[in-house]
Order: sequence, then C-alpha cells, then structure tokens
Amino acid sequence: MSLPPESSQLPLLSARGLAFTRNDEPVFGPLDFVVAAGEALLVQGGNGAGKTTLLRVLAGLLRADAGEVEIDGRKARPDLRARAIAYLGHLPALKADLGALENLEFLCGLHGRRARQLPGDAMGMVGLSGHEDTLARQLSAGQKKRLSLARLWLSPAPLWLLDEPYANLDLDGINLVNRMISAHLREGGAALVTTHGAYAAPPVQTRMLVLERQV
Amino acid sequence: MSGPSLLQAGKALMVRDLRLLWRRRGDAFQPALFALLVVVLFALALGGEPQALAKVASAVMWVAILLAGLLSLDTLFRGDAEDGSLEQWILAPVPLAWLVAVRVLGHWLTTALPLILATPLLAELLHLPHDQLPVLLASLALGTPLLSLLGAVVAALTVGMRRSGILVALLALPLYVPVLIFGAGSVARSAEGLDAVGALLYLGAGLVLTLVLAPLAAAAAIRIALH
Amino acid sequence: MNPVLLWFHQLGSPPVFDRFAARWAPWCHGIALAVMAVGLWQAFQVPADYQQGDSFRIFYIHVPSAMLSLSIFAVMAAYSAIALIWRIKLCEILAMACAPIGAAFTVITLVTGSIWGKPMWGTWWDWDPRLTTELILLFLYLGVIGLYNAIDDRRTAARAAGFLAIVGVALLPVIKYSVVWWNSLHQGQTISLFGESKMDASMALPFWLMFVGVQFWFAGSLLVRARADNLRREAGKDWVARLVAQP
Repeated sequence: MSLPPESSQLPLLSARGLAFTRNDEPVFGPLDFVVAAGEALLVQGGNGAGKTTLLRVLAGLLRADAGEVEIDGRKARPDLRARAIAYLGHLPALKADLGALENLEFLCGLHGRRARQLPGDAMGMVGLSGHEDTLARQLSAGQKKRLSLARLWLSPAPLWLLDEPYANLDLDGINLVNRMISAHLREGGAALVTTHGAYAAPPVQTRMLVLERQV
Repeated sequence: MSGPSLLQAGKALMVRDLRLLWRRRGDAFQPALFALLVVVLFALALGGEPQALAKVASAVMWVAILLAGLLSLDTLFRGDAEDGSLEQWILAPVPLAWLVAVRVLGHWLTTALPLILATPLLAELLHLPHDQLPVLLASLALGTPLLSLLGAVVAALTVGMRRSGILVALLALPLYVPVLIFGAGSVARSAEGLDAVGALLYLGAGLVLTLVLAPLAAAAAIRIALH
Repeated sequence: MNPVLLWFHQLGSPPVFDRFAARWAPWCHGIALAVMAVGLWQAFQVPADYQQGDSFRIFYIHVPSAMLSLSIFAVMAAYSAIALIWRIKLCEILAMACAPIGAAFTVITLVTGSIWGKPMWGTWWDWDPRLTTELILLFLYLGVIGLYNAIDDRRTAARAAGFLAIVGVALLPVIKYSVVWWNSLHQGQTISLFGESKMDASMALPFWLMFVGVQFWFAGSLLVRARADNLRREAGKDWVARLVAQP
C-alpha cells in the first residue's frame, strides 16, 4: 500500500495484521493499512465483505482476534480511541421522544464539542434549520441522517469512521457529505468511509481498500 | 483533543433522562400502580381483616416494591440498546461505568422514588402499625438503590436478547435475596421491639460497596452482551 | 516450553480435547462407581446414630453432594474467569458443562436433606439455613443455564452466563450470611440437621469414600458434557466428519 507524500508525520491510524472471526469463520483479514491526516480511505466491498465489522473493530465496539491498531503511533487504548474517533454507524442513536436539538445537545454533552461550533449552527449547515423542536420520531430517515451528520460535524475527534454515510440521502445530501469530508480533511482530519460502490467517492485525496468476501 | 468532564457528561445524560421522563410522564406512575395492585391482591387473598394484614404488612410492602422494581428493569437499557445509543455510550470518552451509574440514578429517581413516596398510602391499606413506618421507609431508601444497582447488572447481561421477561426475574432474584432479607428483616425486628439499626447498617454497607462495584460490573456486562 | 504448559496448550485444541475426554471419562465414572459402592457399603456398617437412628445414614449422600454443589459453582466461576480474561474457548465449554452437573447435585442435596429432615421435623420441608441457601444456589444454577440457552451466539452466551456465575460466586457468601441472619430472627430454633452428632472417627471412612467418589463422578460427567458441547460447536469441521465416519 503506497503511503501519501507527506509521510514524515505519524499516520493518524495504522492497522497491522488486523483479523476478525465470528463462529470460527473469518470475516476479514489479516489487513494492513494506514490512514494519514488529511486523507480519506475508501473501504469497498460487496455485502457481507466485512466493511461494517471492520469499522466497528476500529471504533472499539468489537475486539479483533488478531492484529494491532495504533492511533498517532500509540497503542489504541479505549480512552485514546474514544477521543480520537467519531463513529457514524447504521443506527442513528437518536431518542424518539426528544427534539432534534435536544438530541444534538445530549450527544455533544456525551462526546464533547468542537470549540466555536454551536449545535444550532450545525443544524443549519446540514439543512435542518426550522426543525430544532421536531421530535426525532417525526423526522424522515434522510433527516435523521442529516442530524447524525450535524453531530459528526460538532465532534472534536480527528478521525471519522463513516459506515455507509450516503445511505438514505438525496443528491443534495450526498453533496453535503462530500463537502463535510473535504472540509474535515482540509483541517487535518481523516476519514474512513465504507460504501458498496453505488455512490460517488468523495472528491479528495482518497485511497482504496477493497475487502473480498471470505468464502 | 479534549473531551467532556465526568460532570458534564453525567449532567447531559441526567438532563436527557429527565426530559424523556417528562415526555412520557404517564409511564412514571406504572411501578406505583403495580405495587398498589399487588397490595390489593394480598389484601383480597388474606380476607381484608386488619389483624391479619398488619402482621404481614411490611413483608408484603417489600415484596410489592421489589416486584415492581423487577418489572421496570426492562426499561433501564433496552431503549438505548435498540436505537444505538448504548453504542455511543461505549464510544464516549467518559468511562462506561460512570454513564451506567448516572443512568441507574436517573432510573431510580423515576421508578423507585415514586414507590417510596407512595409507601405511606400503601402501608395504610395494609394496616401497617404506624411505629413501623419510619423503619420501613428507611429500609426502602437504602434497599431500592441496591435493587436498582444489582438489577442493572442483570439488565446489562440480557440487553442484547429479545424480550426476556421471566428470565430477567429468575436471574435477579437470587441477587435480591440478601437485600430483601435485611430490608424486610429490619422492619420485622423493630416490630418485635428489637433494634433494627444492625440490619439497616448492613444495607448501608452493602449499598456503598454496590455503588462502586455494580456500575463496573454492568459496564463489563454490556460489553459482553453487545459483542 | 514447560511440558505441562505445552500439554495444557495442546488440550485447548478441539480434536485433542475430544480424544482426551473420550479416553478418561469412562475411567472417572468407573472409579466413582467403585469408590461410592464401597463407601455406601461402609455407611451401612457404621453403627446407627444414637439420636436419629438409621435415617442418619443419608448424611453420607447429603453432605458430599452439598459440598460438591458449592465447589462446582466455584469451579464454574473459575473456568468462566479464565475464559473471559484469556478468551480460551475450551474453558467456556468446561464452565457451561459444569452448570447442569452442579444443578443436579444441588437437587440431590435438597431431596436428601428433605428426606433426612422428615423424621425430625415432621414435615417434608423446613426453612433450615443450609437448605434455604441450597435452594437459592439452585436458582443461581438455573439462571446460568437459562442465560446460556437464551442467547443465540454460543460464545457470547458462554461469556454472559460465565459472567453471571462470577457475580453469583461473589454474592454467595453474602447470601449465605443473610439467610443465617434471617433464620436467627425466628423465635424458637428448629432442630438443625446436624444437631448433637459430631463426626466420629468411625464415620470418617465412609464419608471420605463418598466424598472422593462424587468428585470422580463430577470429573467424568464434566468430560462427557464438555466433549458433547465441543463436538456440537465444531460440527462443520473436517475432523468431526472423520470421527463420525469411523466404524
């Protein structure tokens, strides 16, 4: 795997020999890859290739069966991982009975908030202004996704792990995701994005990691 | 990279839980209604005669509140597990055990505290002798947090499962036995004119220990169950 | 590497464990039956108790069963702890295999305790502290078994049930103490199962024979159950197919 030009800095994330099995069946691995600051790694593969599992292992929700993950050159302990990583998974983690802004405030309280960014402004950025008090139950799937993106935008973590970020979004939403990733990368962040190839890749410095389905 | 402090994260969670309770404030009465139902059933089964009821009043109160608490355990983590919130707790930069502790506190405030407030009324229905009421309330004040904390460990273990109903009760009851014994036992001792303080101190000591250990155990159980 | 450690490490491999269990289980059961037969025969040679008469003889089944029901729980918790910390699959299997055996011995303890108590108490049950604790122990066992069966993924199920076993073993002394305290609340002590009789030298031999016998029985049954669970988990593998294909 070729390293980006400015490799004098330690990569934000590096994985060596990472493998995961379920019920003694290999799901992925062993994998070796790095993600440096300012770049995006696109993880491609068909259904069942292990993309979601890989992201969950990197986030710390699952424990790998083999291999090591390092963040900023240091061993990925749970507290280090939690501060460095923002994970956008399939479930939006929104409470149905709370309003959009209330949900956002809670998630910011839980994960921390980037300085000089306010939840209300973030909602405007993702196109949800006017919906601050709408209950999460009443939001459409696309609106819930946008709210999750707002939470992502507010997160102080430098490494984004995005599992199918384009799902449920219209063309406008897809462009929003790409704009967010570009801006995040420009500020020195990094992103790992899974997609099964149906949508356009973000127009930034991107490398690819292809997962083959283990037979 | 700075994250929220323990206090900030804890406050955010508590605010969230209180807001959620307010949105569904009708649900807050359910544990108390269930305890009332149990009391009514016992009174009906025992013939309603004041002497007979007074003898078993404190025991029936304890069992009614324990059962109501057992039923409300389901709401402790299930909602958060189903919408993915529990995952975000695991990923948060604050210890999961801390979040669990705050959650259990919120849960206790919204399910057990109403029960304790309803106790004088329910005790009156059972003709509990008035001099036993303070000890009963003290035992419940110490015992119900214990039940919530121990119950949290069991609820955490079963969080990934489809509706588990009876199984949660079966798992929790052996753990509840010491709390019930010292709780109901303290009132029984005071009823016989003996000193109840010893039993209450056992409850207190158990509470202090469980306050530290149960959130850690429940956090470990959540990670195991969600793997 | 130390040969003992090496042997342990190899034992963790499913086919090796299968051969080990298949080989040693019959021996364990055989020794158990032989030792228990001698023990029971001795139990009838010992003179009848001056207070309780012949009904005392059930002590030789009741007490070893009771001790085993407690020690199996501890062993189950120990295997579970090892399985959780070092993620050794064999220890998960061994821990879960302990549970039904421990539950069975708990039931034997309760039944023999009840039979023993009937002449003394006049009823089939008394809330004696020992029996009450055994009853709660039975619920703990059933909880572990229930949790193990309720979760679909076998490894998560073993880990969750094992965690419960560890919590249970930590709380067991508290439960025992609370039950003893509770029993002391009663006005008027009921006759405890042991009463005046202390263990006399003549009683020691049959007791120790029975104690050793049930330990071997536990070992044999553990190997049989663990082997079965091991085979079930490995069902799709080649080595199992070859094993089954043998005449």
